Amino acid sequence: MSSSETMSVEEQLAAGQTEDGIVRAADGTPLKARLAKALRREKLRSFLMISPLLLFIVLSFLMPIGDMLLRSVENKIVQNTLPTVVQELERWDPASEELPDEATFAALATDLKIAVKERIHTRLGSRLNYEQSGFSGLFRSTGRAVRKMEEGPYKEQFIKADEDWGKLQTWVVLDSFKAPYTAGYFLNAVDAENTVDGVQMKAENERIYIQLFIRTMWMSLAITFMCLLLGYPVAYLLAHLPARTSNMLMILVLLPFWTSLLVRTSAWKVLLQGQGVINDLLVWVGFVDDADRLVLINNQTGTIIAMTHILLPFMILPLYSVMKTISPTYVRAAKSMGANDWTSFWKVYFPQSVPGIGAGAILVFILAIGYYITPALVGGTSGIFISNRIAFHISTSLNWGLAAALGAILLVLVLLLFYVYDKIVGIDNVKLG
Amino acid sequence: MAALPPYSSNAQIAWYYGFRTICALIFFFLVFPIMVIIPLSFNAENFFTFTPEMLRLSPDGYSLKHYQDFFTSEAWQNAMWNSLTIAPLATILATVLGTLAAIGLSQSHVPFKSVIMAILISPMIVPLIISATGMYFFYSRVGNFLVNDVGLPLDAVNFAKIVLAHAALGTPFVIITVTATMVGFDRSLTRAAASMGANPVTTFFKVQMPLILPGVISGALFAFITSFDEVVVVLFLGTASQKTLPWQMFIGLREQISPTILAVATIMVALSILLLTTLELLRRRSERLRGLTPS
Repeated sequence: MSSSETMSVEEQLAAGQTEDGIVRAADGTPLKARLAKALRREKLRSFLMISPLLLFIVLSFLMPIGDMLLRSVENKIVQNTLPTVVQELERWDPASEELPDEATFAALATDLKIAVKERIHTRLGSRLNYEQSGFSGLFRSTGRAVRKMEEGPYKEQFIKADEDWGKLQTWVVLDSFKAPYTAGYFLNAVDAENTVDGVQMKAENERIYIQLFIRTMWMSLAITFMCLLLGYPVAYLLAHLPARTSNMLMILVLLPFWTSLLVRTSAWKVLLQGQGVINDLLVWVGFVDDADRLVLINNQTGTIIAMTHILLPFMILPLYSVMKTISPTYVRAAKSMGANDWTSFWKVYFPQSVPGIGAGAILVFILAIGYYITPALVGGTSGIFISNRIAFHISTSLNWGLAAALGAILLVLVLLLFYVYDKIVGIDNVKLG
Repeated sequence: MAALPPYSSNAQIAWYYGFRTICALIFFFLVFPIMVIIPLSFNAENFFTFTPEMLRLSPDGYSLKHYQDFFTSEAWQNAMWNSLTIAPLATILATVLGTLAAIGLSQSHVPFKSVIMAILISPMIVPLIISATGMYFFYSRVGNFLVNDVGLPLDAVNFAKIVLAHAALGTPFVIITVTATMVGFDRSLTRAAASMGANPVTTFFKVQMPLILPGVISGALFAFITSFDEVVVVLFLGTASQKTLPWQMFIGLREQISPTILAVATIMVALSILLLTTLELLRRRSERLRGLTPS
């Protein structure tokens, strides 16, 4: 019962109906006003309690995410490095299939001279190199040549310095990235590119990301399915055993849940090695010949085994809590009417456990799709996820815009799934431990 | 799944035992990988499998040398101390802010409740790699500003970055556990305290806090383990002097895997058993306080 309702009962007792028809509190103020004031105060109090954390999360978490999303489209570097060229290119029409005019080349000379002095031209080169390889070298060689360039005409001098300046494609790329915001990183993230003829898919052998997204989804699905396959019987057993026994067995589920992710990953790394415990056991039993031990690690098998183990508790716990609420009377009723064990399970019990399957499966899938550590350690090259590629672009290739675009796509995917999860289970019903 | 009735058919008996065997195998799958590293960590050799001496249970096969490595290696000790300073600070921050917000959220008439809840829970939903990417860009910019323009010491700023990031990741767990205990909280108790003249602060610490304490502590434990176990964000935000235990393990697993990792892993398993026991005791206490019989 909320406090305002209680108050109205208390106040009504104290207050009498007066001549003017307004219900008043004991001190004579109208009851309505008093109640509104109390409600306002309560709202203010709860807001004051929530606001420190809200502010903290917005500053330390949401703003960084927003910053990343902005970075996936931000492209001020071309405008900042070559401001006059960008202005001149406004007049140029790529569809004319002609190189830009002399004025544009003159602008290029002016801008580049300043850029070379400030040593920022190579940075632009490596930025544009993400869009088309060759730009890094182009800007480095032109940067050296531009210092010695004489007064115009510049066009021939540039083409002499690097023949790429005479190619239409160079200018198309420059033209399509002159705006302060670009869809280029996102196009890259879905294996497309901007060419003379508009947006096109990249050549078959250069497509990596769509395949990687599909692989991430496929492996997450496989992991979810394995978790369901292993989790369902265990959850069923736990929900139907006497409380004492099931609490004891529950510890076996909670122990892996509480054990450090790295501990479990290292355990699998140790177990699955060529000279590891599992292979030793298989050789000893005689299933496998000593010469050709199974390759269980640094491939997709390794990732799927280790991640199924790591995510299994996240499947068992929601399944268990749903199965706990299924009344045994329905199955009993089915059996009393002649259904056999299988029919009573499949037609009566199983449909009632579907919400648990939904909750567990979406949870496991959401967690799996964003995994980074385990695939990085046991996945080799064929068992890595999209997250690993994001990490690669941040720490190794330094193509941060592409990393941000890939991250944004992954984020949208996860948020969509979470929306479904919220509709099925509700955020408030997330259970821990 | 009560005991087998006396009139069961042979097929039913077979299924009864067959099903239990399957479940036993799955439990084995869950616990075996964690349990197997414990004996392996006492291996006298630098192998990751059982040596013949170990299988014969001969004392020569076992030694504490990997533990000795852990306690004498400077890198591992630094990592442990970093973990043991970052995690408690992040936990305190997450618990104080999270508890306050959870109490605020469980009042009636909170405007935009579901939106606020979604924002506060978001660090738990967003994949770690995305959080880490966002924080990497944003925190380095803020950090550079604080170091170059405000003049704060670099190490302190780097340390604070990780504590703040971990606190943000830990708060959703505090919110969830404390909100769950607030559901069973009898609001008339605070009113009774207020009617007897206690001010809101006294009411909070003397009446409300003892009752929701189990929820607060289990939230704090979740926040602690989140920070203590976290590696993606540290990998992105941290510099060499903030290496934590999971980071050191990650490097160890990726580059040259040394059996010292198994000793560290065993210590961490012991820690998680400790946490699990504490949580179970808290759960029972909370149920007793709320007048439910512990199950």
